[in-house]
Amino acid sequence: MGSVIRIVLQRLALGLLTLLIVSAVIFGAVNLLPGDFAQAVLGQSATPEAVAAIRTQLGLDQPLPVRYAQWLWDAARGDLGVSFAQANFASFTGRVDPSATVLAQIGPRFANTMFLAGVTAAIAVPLAVGLGILAALWRDTAFDKGANIATLSSISSPEFFVAYILILLFAVVNPVLPSLSNIFPGMSFGERLEKTLLPALTLTLVVTAHMMRMTRAAILNLMAQPYIEMARLKGMRPLRVIWRHALPNALAPIVNVVALNLAYLVTGVVVVEVVFVYPGIGQLFVDSVKLRDIPVVQACCLIFAAAYILLNLTADILSIISNPRLRHPK
Amino acid sequence: MTPLLEIRDLRIEGRSDEEWHPIINGVDLTLGRGEVLGLIGESGAGKSTLGLAAMGYVRDGVRISGGSVMFDGIDLMNASTEEKRSLLGRRIAYVAQSAAASFNPAHKLIDQHVEAPVRHGVQDRGESIEDAIELYAKLRLPNPEEIGFRYPHQVSGGQLQRAMTAMAMSCRPDLIIFDEPTTALDVTTQIEVLAAIRDIVDQFGTSAIYITHDLAVVAQMADRIKVLLRGDEVETAPTREMLDAPREDYTKSLWAVRGYHRPEKPKPGPESVPILAVEGVTAAYGEQVVLNEVSFDIHPGRTVAVVGESGSGKSTTARVITGLLPPRSGVVRFEGEALPPSYRQRSKDQLRQIQMIYQMADTALNPRQSIAQIVGRPVRFYSGLKGRRLAARVDELLEQIELDPAIYRDRLPGELSGGQKQRVGIARALAAEPRLIICDEVTSALDQLVAEGILKLLARLQDELGLSYMFITHDLATVKAIADEVVVMKEGRVIEQGPKTEMFTPPHHPYTDLLLSSVPEMDPDWLDRLLAERRVEALGEAATDKM
Repeated sequence: MGSVIRIVLQRLALGLLTLLIVSAVIFGAVNLLPGDFAQAVLGQSATPEAVAAIRTQLGLDQPLPVRYAQWLWDAARGDLGVSFAQANFASFTGRVDPSATVLAQIGPRFANTMFLAGVTAAIAVPLAVGLGILAALWRDTAFDKGANIATLSSISSPEFFVAYILILLFAVVNPVLPSLSNIFPGMSFGERLEKTLLPALTLTLVVTAHMMRMTRAAILNLMAQPYIEMARLKGMRPLRVIWRHALPNALAPIVNVVALNLAYLVTGVVVVEVVFVYPGIGQLFVDSVKLRDIPVVQACCLIFAAAYILLNLTADILSIISNPRLRHPK
Repeated sequence: MTPLLEIRDLRIEGRSDEEWHPIINGVDLTLGRGEVLGLIGESGAGKSTLGLAAMGYVRDGVRISGGSVMFDGIDLMNASTEEKRSLLGRRIAYVAQSAAASFNPAHKLIDQHVEAPVRHGVQDRGESIEDAIELYAKLRLPNPEEIGFRYPHQVSGGQLQRAMTAMAMSCRPDLIIFDEPTTALDVTTQIEVLAAIRDIVDQFGTSAIYITHDLAVVAQMADRIKVLLRGDEVETAPTREMLDAPREDYTKSLWAVRGYHRPEKPKPGPESVPILAVEGVTAAYGEQVVLNEVSFDIHPGRTVAVVGESGSGKSTTARVITGLLPPRSGVVRFEGEALPPSYRQRSKDQLRQIQMIYQMADTALNPRQSIAQIVGRPVRFYSGLKGRRLAARVDELLEQIELDPAIYRDRLPGELSGGQKQRVGIARALAAEPRLIICDEVTSALDQLVAEGILKLLARLQDELGLSYMFITHDLATVKAIADEVVVMKEGRVIEQGPKTEMFTPPHHPYTDLLLSSVPEMDPDWLDRLLAERRVEALGEAATDKM
């Protein structure tokens, strides 16, 4: 086990390093955005003095490296700053309204996004892996081809199109599910789940194809291995051959694709959120870019980057652990 | 009593290039209860295909096009999938060539062992585990109590092969198909596995089909031998009868191969400067030392065979000589002059002098280049020839390796047989006009007849061009055939070295003795005799230990 722990620690350290580099890129890129918050909030007629005053208040007059160091140091302590858009500059007193912090802005939105991603993953991952296994088991049959065509067509259609089709089917023609996902604090889990189901189904249709095809390919890739032939020659049933003999050796590529798709669910679902008016982090991110609300944009980017790195790291670690040579050295 | 297995006029076809080609053309096979039938032939003879068909199983892209397979009154050609599945693993079992590849890397040996008995409802898991431990003990595996609880990568090749035999025995089948079970093993390991397999088959009265390309091995294992050639039966006879008096020419030719023997060259004089001198070479991969103070000389025009089991450091020595692996200490001299440790620091001329031929001609040739391109590249690189003169030189080289340039110049490696590919590998080495060629197991992947052709070609080239060879091999028959001198390696050290005649006459170093005595001989009693001798020695040692 020692070697596994060492590798995991190595990967963690590498992940942190990546995050650090990404944070620098984010900070640099966001500051390259044209326009200036002070100018944007005060309008065209603002006096240069007023603009300068706000810039000083917000620390925007400091050189870039200093601001980056300050931001990074605060972020590391969990303080992501104050949302420019929420702070009331007209009556700015130096005291920050707690609801104006970036954390307060992002927190509930992020929780919603995680809830949607979680529900989607709970449906999509077992579905995709299961379909992949069955497609491998019945390869080149009508089922295999049908599953391929269905998943490929759903991934090829634009997300909003898939979403509207589902709304049409389940909210208009058969009104069983709500078409709007207006989620607010204090809702019961069941209610939340009901409201989340349609967007989750939409996203399921979007991410299933990739995972299913990789599962199928990874399994079929192993079917020519001598140990698979051996299992067949021991009289094992096809499903058992795949489940017990092929799947454990195919985990690494499957886990990687699952991680990639989960990362997409956390970071890239703006369109679906807009269609269902789902209060996730994606919409907040887009709105903040429009408003030049730099602290929120930066925090969102950082969360997205961290999600990507963390999920890929988990996939890496899981594929390492799935290798018995590393788990049980000689 | 009806035979256990009866195959009549079996025809099998394989699909390639969108067409069905015959693999087995109407072969009959009868196997009595408790009988062991040896199935022998070169690669492509259809041995494995026939062996698997005896289980009612064909690989993907292969189909049975005619004939019948009756197993104990069950017609396997017309049995349902379910019926066949209930026989596989329970009444008919299979032992594959590479145990390392045929055990699932993701599960412990014991979990794979109990799978068939539990799934077929023969034993429950607990009973099967107890039984496995007994079988492991019978097969003389070390630590039978705990070896099953390891993963395949934690167990050596010879032990895995015995564990696989135990797994095949788990349901006490009536028939086991052994498909080249010892081919991938070193000779010293092979003995133990052969003895273990034979004993356990005897003990349970199991019928077996033993597939191999090695006559000497099949002589130890089989009651009867069937010889196959390109999907046709050549002849079948009881083992002793066939060994004493093979009827067919093809069978005789198989026997004759072992007889190839190259006359020994006179010893070099004391003033002869070695063309290559390896002096006190120690080399390591990372922290792991793999060569320890290795020293030997190769004199001009001579063949030095480097022998040893896998992991003994033979190929690593070649890597040090060619400069692929700079040594930690020690020096390699070419005609008395020290070579730079890394190939990067060597001059073009130094690189030219030493060439290599590899074991797997398949992977050593670029599949997308024509033969003329493959051979032409080193010609251009070392001699700078171009255009017509380059083509003429390539043709000359192809003639030297006995391939007609008009036919083979524009072919791709995929269109050549294994032996022809190896010849192209030789031509590519010759293209540099080297003085020394390192041959790394060049005949190991070839059938005996083809291998003999390669050895004869190498001998002829040596006479004509005055080449020196360093011949890396684990096969002592090859050593006997062509070597002038022998270097025996074990665990990265040179154990013994000297002229061939001295090495093959006693007294030997104990390890050389073990290697030599482990080479199977074409005598059905050889294994019994050897085991008896070793048992006596072991008893003697044990007795002195216990005192």
